[in-house]
Amino acid sequence: MAFIEAHGLRKTYLPKGAPPVHALDGLNLEVPQGTIKGLLGPNGAGKTTAVKSLTTLIRPDEGTMTIDGIDVMAHPERIRPIIGVSGQYAAVDENLTGFENLEMVGRLYHLGAKASRARATELIELFDLVEAQNRPVKGFSGGMRRRIDLAGALVARPRVLFLDEPTTGLDPRSRLALWDVIRSLAGEGTTVLLTTQYLEEADQLSDHISVIDGGKVIAEGTTNELKNSIGGARIEVSVSSDDEVAIARTILTGIGTSDAILATDGRTLTVPVDNAPAALASALGELGTRGIAPLDAGMRRPTLDDVFLQLTGHAATLDETGDDGDKPKVKKRPRRERKVAS
Amino acid sequence: MRPRTSISRFMSDGWITTRRNLTKIKRVPDILVFTLLQPIMFVLLFTYVYGGAITIPGSNYTEFLMAGIFAQTVVFGATYSGSAMAQDLKDGIIDRFRTLPMNDAAVLIGRTNGDLGINFLSVLVMMTTGFIVGWRINSSPLQAIAAVALLLLFAYAMSWVMAFIGMSVRSPEVINNVSFIVLFPLTFVSNAFVPADTLPTPLRIFAEWNPVSALVQAARELFGNVPPGTPVGDTWMQQHAPATVVIGAALLLAIFIPLSIRKFSRVASR
Repeated sequence: MAFIEAHGLRKTYLPKGAPPVHALDGLNLEVPQGTIKGLLGPNGAGKTTAVKSLTTLIRPDEGTMTIDGIDVMAHPERIRPIIGVSGQYAAVDENLTGFENLEMVGRLYHLGAKASRARATELIELFDLVEAQNRPVKGFSGGMRRRIDLAGALVARPRVLFLDEPTTGLDPRSRLALWDVIRSLAGEGTTVLLTTQYLEEADQLSDHISVIDGGKVIAEGTTNELKNSIGGARIEVSVSSDDEVAIARTILTGIGTSDAILATDGRTLTVPVDNAPAALASALGELGTRGIAPLDAGMRRPTLDDVFLQLTGHAATLDETGDDGDKPKVKKRPRRERKVAS
Repeated sequence: MRPRTSISRFMSDGWITTRRNLTKIKRVPDILVFTLLQPIMFVLLFTYVYGGAITIPGSNYTEFLMAGIFAQTVVFGATYSGSAMAQDLKDGIIDRFRTLPMNDAAVLIGRTNGDLGINFLSVLVMMTTGFIVGWRINSSPLQAIAAVALLLLFAYAMSWVMAFIGMSVRSPEVINNVSFIVLFPLTFVSNAFVPADTLPTPLRIFAEWNPVSALVQAARELFGNVPPGTPVGDTWMQQHAPATVVIGAALLLAIFIPLSIRKFSRVASR
């Protein structure tokens, strides 16, 4: 039995005057002890609902969940002492200092006064907040708030750590530092379940990734398995007319490892390739011999959008703000249709 | 010390969350300053603005008014529990608390305790202001203490009601509107500022059955501010005001403590 197991989770919200939203639609997850599981998906996919269910915050309508063999819905009071949670929003008290926030969390985990203070000091150092520790959190930057919140999740040295988009809003340096912390925790035997919208983050951290969409897992595997299934780097070419699109599509499909895909702008073509620099050079060469000068051309690593195009045929429709959560929405998010040459 | 039994854990959780609320008062003293200035303003405004125009048979307006101001202030003081719970939900810190192995009731206990403390300070400030403008306690110290205790008991029960409402509304702003719409009629259509028998019949009936009127009447009696000739309603509630307050507060607590705890263990952040 895996350390975290969830089977057939369903959660439906019924917004007034709108069709029901199936936030979870038969989600299954298994996370072995001491491993990092990445839940990869766009906003609205059900990532946050899944985390909230496993961390006892909401009750799914259907399904079973166990952590270390304990039934989550039947015994939330036995789950809470062994989990640490950091949500999408920094759950901190604005009026307390960074230190006081962590100490309070320690006391509420019943670590005792002295141990709570010692642990708060340790975490303040680990998260590089020594200078700010005695200022109320109100004056903290967004990144500092996130760090205090993450530190709060680690106070009781939890056996399972749930991180909902842990690096959203962090600068690149803090992001790398946090990745190190997560890796070392997993190295010490902590089981981690993290959600992310970034393929790179899931790739860097996770032993195993579940791609979720519409409240269920649509693909899963190790990062390598997943990467193989979606192909490696992409090259992308923008041209200026429909005629050029048709020609470029033929050229790119010939070079790539699968068919070239036209973006919704009707001018940009993308194709997965094996050797991106060589493929780009030959694409430009062939386009040149046909008299086409691309408006833009380049290579890039696969993104969540590519994963979704590959797996579902529709784009991920990433929300630019990235902090919208996946609460029930009145409007169903629009889905772009894959446009393929006939 | 590491709390070992569930009761000591419960006490510890309640204390930690109370301390969180006290720290807020320390960090944002403006809240306390304005919470205490407001009753002073009410005492002065009503005494000097209406005092000359309103005559109370058998009594004088200041003597009549003070219990009314006390009751109105502590009832409004209870609304803070509602807006604070709504704010905590909005900030997401309730999610943090709910994933901790703490007692579900602790956050609510910390909140209502904090408001009880603020209300106690408000009453002391108002009594002092009252003394300065000529109000006197004409009863025994024990009775006066009982008056303060009844005011605080009723306000404490209202805190639990407001905490429940605070967790049920969509945003902290709504709670202020709710309390304005509900509490203004409740405190004004009562015997707090004028004798109920001066009101038009429908309002008079409402006022005589209004629990706030019972609270005001109870405080008036226990402070010895009901000299012979002062009008008192003939409903059972008015004739047995202290008992009404105790029974009413006990009922509210019996209903809203379990309701609020149940609500807390189900709410999710917004």
